[in-house]
Amino acid sequence: MKHIRNFSIIAHIDHGKSTLADRLIQYTHLVEDRQFRDQILDNMDIERERGITIKSQTVDLPYVDENGREYELNLIDTPGHVDFSYEVSRALASCEGVLLLIDAAQGVEAQTLGNLYAALEHNLVIIPVINKIDLPVADIERVKNEIDDELGLDPETAILCSAKEGIGIEEILKAIVERIPPPTGDAEKPLTALTFDAQYDSFRGTIVSCRVFDGTVKQGDTVRLMSQGTTYRVEEVGIFRLPREPQKELTAGMVGYIIAGIKTVSDIRIGDTITLDTYPALEQLPGFKDVKPVVFSSIYPIASDDYQSLFDALEKYKLNDASLVYQKDSSAALGQGFRCGYLGLLHLEIVQERLEREFDQSIIMTAPSVQYRFYLDDGTRLEVDNPLHYPDPGSIRSSEEPYIKASILIPERYVGVIMKLCMERRGVNSHMSYPTPGRVEVTFDLPLAEVIFDFYDKLKSLTQGYGSFDYEITDYRESSLAKLDILVNGEKVDALSILVHRDNARERAVRVCDKLRDEIPRQQFKIAIQGAIGGKIIARSTISAYRKDVTSKCYGGDISRKRKLLEKQKKGKKRMRMVGNVEIPQSAFLAALKTDDE
Amino acid sequence: MSRSRKAHSWRPLKRTMNRTDLPGLYIHIPFCKSKCPYCDFYSVTETDRIEEWLQALLIESRYYRHDFGTFDSLYLGGGTPSLLHPRQIEKLITGLRDVFTFDDPAEVTMELNPDDVTRENLAFYRSLGVNRVSLGVQSFVEEEVRFLGRRHTSRQGVSAIEAIRETGFDEFSIDLMYGLPGQSIRTWGSILKEALSFSPAHLSCYQLTVEGDTLFSRMAKEEKLKLPEDSRQADLFVYTSEYLTGSGFIHYEVSNFAKGPETLSRHNVKYWQHTPYLGLGPSAHSLAGKKRWWNVRDVDQYLESIHGDHIPVGGFEDLSSSQMNLEKLLFGFRTMWGIDVRQIIPPPARETIRGLCDSGFVTCHDQNIIPTLKGYLFADKLPLMVS
Repeated sequence: MKHIRNFSIIAHIDHGKSTLADRLIQYTHLVEDRQFRDQILDNMDIERERGITIKSQTVDLPYVDENGREYELNLIDTPGHVDFSYEVSRALASCEGVLLLIDAAQGVEAQTLGNLYAALEHNLVIIPVINKIDLPVADIERVKNEIDDELGLDPETAILCSAKEGIGIEEILKAIVERIPPPTGDAEKPLTALTFDAQYDSFRGTIVSCRVFDGTVKQGDTVRLMSQGTTYRVEEVGIFRLPREPQKELTAGMVGYIIAGIKTVSDIRIGDTITLDTYPALEQLPGFKDVKPVVFSSIYPIASDDYQSLFDALEKYKLNDASLVYQKDSSAALGQGFRCGYLGLLHLEIVQERLEREFDQSIIMTAPSVQYRFYLDDGTRLEVDNPLHYPDPGSIRSSEEPYIKASILIPERYVGVIMKLCMERRGVNSHMSYPTPGRVEVTFDLPLAEVIFDFYDKLKSLTQGYGSFDYEITDYRESSLAKLDILVNGEKVDALSILVHRDNARERAVRVCDKLRDEIPRQQFKIAIQGAIGGKIIARSTISAYRKDVTSKCYGGDISRKRKLLEKQKKGKKRMRMVGNVEIPQSAFLAALKTDDE
Repeated sequence: MSRSRKAHSWRPLKRTMNRTDLPGLYIHIPFCKSKCPYCDFYSVTETDRIEEWLQALLIESRYYRHDFGTFDSLYLGGGTPSLLHPRQIEKLITGLRDVFTFDDPAEVTMELNPDDVTRENLAFYRSLGVNRVSLGVQSFVEEEVRFLGRRHTSRQGVSAIEAIRETGFDEFSIDLMYGLPGQSIRTWGSILKEALSFSPAHLSCYQLTVEGDTLFSRMAKEEKLKLPEDSRQADLFVYTSEYLTGSGFIHYEVSNFAKGPETLSRHNVKYWQHTPYLGLGPSAHSLAGKKRWWNVRDVDQYLESIHGDHIPVGGFEDLSSSQMNLEKLLFGFRTMWGIDVRQIIPPPARETIRGLCDSGFVTCHDQNIIPTLKGYLFADKLPLMVS
């Protein structure tokens, strides 16, 4: 066990986590240089585009120190977004230490703090690493001050590094071996292995990533998932080399994988404890939670006959993403579809993009919603995440919505605009602290519903990119809610309905009506777009009729071009939905989601 | 083949309903003295290549000598056919008559530019069998003519019409353009009135459109040219139709009006009926059955092909039945013949057709739906509503 180190890299988005991971892999010669594909750990297109890790990967780095001693350094990668904070916490629970990566130009940001707190919670050894020191705008002294003042860490322990240039890599590896303690545990005790990740493999089924705390597991054992009581026979255990490398057994302290004929990732709960069926542990490892979705939205196929194809795509998608939940949904305007629950807005966007890109689905997504609580006259409590299920307003005694504690880190000059933004978003209980001169941490209690629309984009644009944001869901609070309906030529488009705070209703209605006016193409009759609460119209916009759609010339040389245009328009029509006699393009549904004026 | 010079043996046109099943022959004469800023027909200004082109065209014609049977229309379009020397026109027409068989009488149309028109030329064209001329007047208002980049003056437009009438061409057509920036209904009305004062057999009235690769389209992109709004364009369109039908014209196609059923353009009608046609010359399109093909849109390539002894075809398509259907709808909503719903497979839903009737886009006659004036206004949209 003395030669094992289990660690993670934690960082704010874009501070260079993946690049550093790649360098570590390269340095330890886990793969040949010429086979090295940049950013091995981020292997989804979307991840690479956005520069964030969504699905974590773990890798076991063989390392020989200057005295010839061999080590196994398990790098447990973590998803880099607040939506996945539970997954991050399980990964951290599997480590003894972390590299806390800080961008030499950006300095400490909200997520850096969030990550630090998470690491401290698990009593991990923290090695600060200042990355990107090669940048001309790098300000190492300032970052060191921030490490001291804001993080309360000894700045002298920070390692200077440029993952891009390969500077400081050896030092980091040395520090991992020297500063992070080896794991402890007893191989003779009953097995307790923490599952921190699960990936689907079409040949092998689910590949469970786990950290063994006590005991031993090997091929042929029958293991039990303690939160569910299900049992499986182990087919293979091994460690995460590139590619995976089977082992005779996994014992206390090791990080590795178990393949046990588990069909889908949904059969596994992240944070669950694996034990032996015949020699079980008495207690689960602490910290297990059943993660629940917090953001909800419906997905409909653009062409209603593509429902089955969308169903198949979701089923396939779900094989590798246990955190997505969905069930059938149906709308008068859009027909059959699915109500989906997500861990957060980023998760929602990932699902949407992957369905469109990897599964070739053309979808309409409805406005994201949080889960509201309604207390009815008859004493029942109703949880509603779908505007279609909004109860009869006459029967509602009171209603509640979820709140978050938002923590926003900004240069001092932006305090004014951010305060204003948060107040507009119904923020309360503001609190300010000055971790270092010139920088402010603002905390607010905010309704989650206010954050799942463009809050983050807005924050970024108001602070020219300097603002960073982290949050956790805290509680439910009483709130006055209403259902805003959108009518197109007098017909209610149920898929555009949203639940809103009563005070915001009119403003939201006006924005949605204006957005739709800009997105719905003119048709040969006038189109009225209205926002209504109950029967009361609170906003209105009109699309004037166009009066002519004919081109002058149609001779021999024009015909084929004209027909091709018609064929294209016919295809485009499939990306439209008819509501009454009005054609609404997919883009209009998307635009209605954005509240921004841009 | 005997080189018949008896061009005058073409008999004068006398017909009732000018819609026939025989194929038409189109000759694209891709030369202009200058390019008009709105026109996207293919043409070049290198008039020194005309002779070479003419030789090549007659070679091209022979590739198709056995494929089309008897033509009953010949259309010399362009470009500017009147830019050719009368002797070149003669060589062209007699050459074509040597290669192909024409019905007697056939409709022989030639497009003319006003400043090329002389009584002498006109008489000569007549002797060659040209029995219908189409004159590109565009406008009688001097600044409009100039705005359109024409090389003639409004005065020349009038003289040309007078010459045509005096030479005994009963069947002449005038091309006009409307919907110019800032043009009032009043101005346009006066232009129409002046046109009618010459008693043309046919009028083509084109709403100014910004087309593909033209100077106007570049100007429109830079916002240096702004066409009237669609509601104004619609008003002008309705006005045009009402004015001309009120004067006894038949509005038989979106942009085309005929004095009577016998004077509509037999050749152009073929395009809207899937009647076969052969197009010769660069960029010309042809249709035979379900096959459509088109020549290269480049004089050099065209000549190169012919010199290399292969046909200068740039592309072709075999129309599927659904494409044929779509084209039938496309043509049907643009012309007075409308659509025979039995020919559309699968037939449009009854309620769709009823909806079109109820909204006043078409009138229903048994199995035919005929576009109304409002239908013409939405002719590019209606095929999508039906299919």
